[in-house]
Amino acid sequence: MNMPAAKPDISASIPSSPTSPPAAKIVTMPRKQTAMNARVSATLGKIAAAVLPPLVMTALLLTAWQLLCMRSGATLPPPSKIWTEARDLIVNPFFVAGPQDIGLGWRVLISLQRVAIGYGFAALFGIALGTLIGQSVWAMRGLDPIFQVLRTISPLAWLPISLAAFRDSQPSAIFVIFITSVWPIIINTAVGIRNIPQDYRNVAAVLRLNHFEFFWKIMIPSAAPYIFTGLRIGIGLSWLAIVAAEMLTGGVGIGFFIWDAWNSSRLPDIFVALAYIGIVGFVLDRIVAGVASIVTRGTSAN
Amino acid sequence: MTHYCKIDHVDKVFTRGSTSTCVLKEITLDIEKGEYVSIIGHSGCGKSTLLNIVAGLTRATIGGIILEGHEVNEPGPDRAVVFQNHSLLPWLTVYDNVRLAVDKVFGRSKSRAERDAWTLHNLNLVQMTHAKDKRPSEISGGMKQRVGLARALAMEPKILLLDEPFGALDALTRAHLQDTVMGLHQKLGNTVMMITHDVDEAVLLSDRIIMMTNGPAARIGEILSVPIARPRKRLELVTDPTFLKCRQRVLEFLYERHRFVEAA
Repeated sequence: MNMPAAKPDISASIPSSPTSPPAAKIVTMPRKQTAMNARVSATLGKIAAAVLPPLVMTALLLTAWQLLCMRSGATLPPPSKIWTEARDLIVNPFFVAGPQDIGLGWRVLISLQRVAIGYGFAALFGIALGTLIGQSVWAMRGLDPIFQVLRTISPLAWLPISLAAFRDSQPSAIFVIFITSVWPIIINTAVGIRNIPQDYRNVAAVLRLNHFEFFWKIMIPSAAPYIFTGLRIGIGLSWLAIVAAEMLTGGVGIGFFIWDAWNSSRLPDIFVALAYIGIVGFVLDRIVAGVASIVTRGTSAN
Repeated sequence: MTHYCKIDHVDKVFTRGSTSTCVLKEITLDIEKGEYVSIIGHSGCGKSTLLNIVAGLTRATIGGIILEGHEVNEPGPDRAVVFQNHSLLPWLTVYDNVRLAVDKVFGRSKSRAERDAWTLHNLNLVQMTHAKDKRPSEISGGMKQRVGLARALAMEPKILLLDEPFGALDALTRAHLQDTVMGLHQKLGNTVMMITHDVDEAVLLSDRIIMMTNGPAARIGEILSVPIARPRKRLELVTDPTFLKCRQRVLEFLYERHRFVEAA
């Protein structure tokens, strides 16, 4: 009860001597507190501004959904039904109740492992090939149309070919991830390498940088924003592809879980899985974007 | 008689498809050691092309460049360039931009500590030590140009090539930077070749002013020696009769005899 009463006094005393050190020294404690309070409330305000609108919208959408699906004869379950029937999946993502009965967290991790391998290969191969192609006008002219055609092929269309080649579902799923996410990485890297400003090339020429130095000191940093754009598109595509691939190849991943739930008519479980997929995809995107902003700081600004 | 740097009968023809344009025709110029030479002319007359040929970034179609008795036909740190748009690498700090050049040029001959000291020394020459840990995006245009100058000086070039180094700066910053360059030239005795389109700048800084005719097939129209003793003081020169006469000569050349023809 003390604080609210004291607050107006303190805040009134601050503007009168905002910068003079002696005054600040004398009233160190209260001043600090107000500053802290102000900072905390400012931060809270910021968080609220960022978090509240999406929360409100989510609540509105859930309510609309509930109202639409509550009437008898609705084909899809309302949120309340999902909550009651799939509560174990929502509340505990990491339970293990049997070899095929595990929490969605585990399933997501298994899917993520496949994505990590496939996407990792795609990133390495894509950046390497993109770098080579970007340096040669003829390679670009010859390969770019081919890549533009190949990249439009749906991930699932690759699956039969990959199953035929690998004769096993696990490497096939990984290959599908690879082949889906590699194109934007190649193309963006190549464009980034092509777009290295002539100024930087001149600097490298005057300094007589050798190929190795040019690659590490000019080419990679200069193309980094493009490369990361490709990587970001790639991670999104590979997360899209894994669900589809797992639906067909089976196994333990999140994609197969959806297919399995559909076959055993557990619609509420599917909705929970969709939420998991969406949130994980969002987090993956933010991670790559975060890495990009750390690595490319200063590069885009000139 | 051998000269320090000789631009020997340089022609430059740009060919695109079946059409070829002659940009430079019969450029011959001798530059002495420690001399400050400016090249002035209207835009499009091939000034920058000439500088790029000396730098080795562009090949001359006919003729060549001889520097200290050796022909040069590829770029190198002995002909350091200060580019018009500074060309600092934005992902490196001010220090690292200069250090990259120092490491490359003195990687074998100087120890790590010596290279560090040399980098700082050159930043100090252009009064940029205070911003050594900043990135190019965090400093002003004039400061960037200073760092570009430090990078070029750090290579200890035989000839320093300045490609309109003050072109993109506001008048006050430009004057300040001109004084810096003048001071450094006085102190270090560099041989300098500068491209400019500013008459006052050319007269203030140069020992000789090379006036180019308009392109295509631009040639050296006139060479003017500026017989003003150094060190030169900007304010005193404003009323100096020699300065005014030189200035008038250049202006007459540019605006009466070789008036810029608005083409295309």
